[in-house]
Amino acid sequence: MVTYRTSLGRARGLGSAKHGVGVWISERVSSFALVPLSLWAIVSGLSLSRVGYDGALAWLHSPLNAVLGALLFATSFQHMHAGLRVVIEDYIHTSGMKAGLLLANLFVCVLGGAIAVFCLLKVALIGGAV
Amino acid sequence: MSEAKGIARGSAQRPLSPHLSVWRWHVTMATSILHRATGIALYVGVLIAAGWAVTLAAGPGAFGAYRALLASVLGQLVLFGLTVSLFYHLANGVRHLFWDAGRGLDPKTADMSGWASIVFGVVAAVLIWIIAFLKVGG
Repeated sequence: MVTYRTSLGRARGLGSAKHGVGVWISERVSSFALVPLSLWAIVSGLSLSRVGYDGALAWLHSPLNAVLGALLFATSFQHMHAGLRVVIEDYIHTSGMKAGLLLANLFVCVLGGAIAVFCLLKVALIGGAV
Repeated sequence: MSEAKGIARGSAQRPLSPHLSVWRWHVTMATSILHRATGIALYVGVLIAAGWAVTLAAGPGAFGAYRALLASVLGQLVLFGLTVSLFYHLANGVRHLFWDAGRGLDPKTADMSGWASIVFGVVAAVLIWIIAFLKVGG
């Protein structure tokens, strides 16, 4: 394809080429980690569907379940943030709305992840209602 | 608005994708939009799971109420939809990882793996729910 535009003219407005690879790789790494974690989540959901409050407490007292649960939440919220960010960037083109939604997505994921992991650790370390 | 003008100026001759109104609908288009739809559903699903952790930490009263909500007809429908979404998104996500490695990109394989993802999502979810209702395994 013959083009008479300068390299700068063609690159202008396309964004930085310096950070995209890192974002792309972190999306794939979280996907890869979530393959075993989500299969574990299905199996866990199945066993938790059969027990009540005391059973759920006992389940979370197992260090393996507490650690994998915390990892599942941390990785899921990171992956959710990356995924919804792409959806917002693709469909929302008014800059104010876009910035607001990107910020809301980040805050929901960081806050949700912090609360979920804190609650798991609280139950795992000091039990249920205290 | 200046951003939109900038795009229009630079890409007037560029083929724009996807031409949803002129292309014949095929399975790879369906799997693409389903991946986004199930991803958004699972976003809500993880928030529901976070709610489970919060009520468990809060105590038996809150936990019992939350559990009753999930056990209601609406709750069960949502959880079944999330199970289908999770299995589909998982299978189609693995398909994307193969594509990222440069494999399975030819139309025939892409069509086949697309159908496989959809079928796996539904069949695996139905199987898990049969196991759940029969109260075996787990």
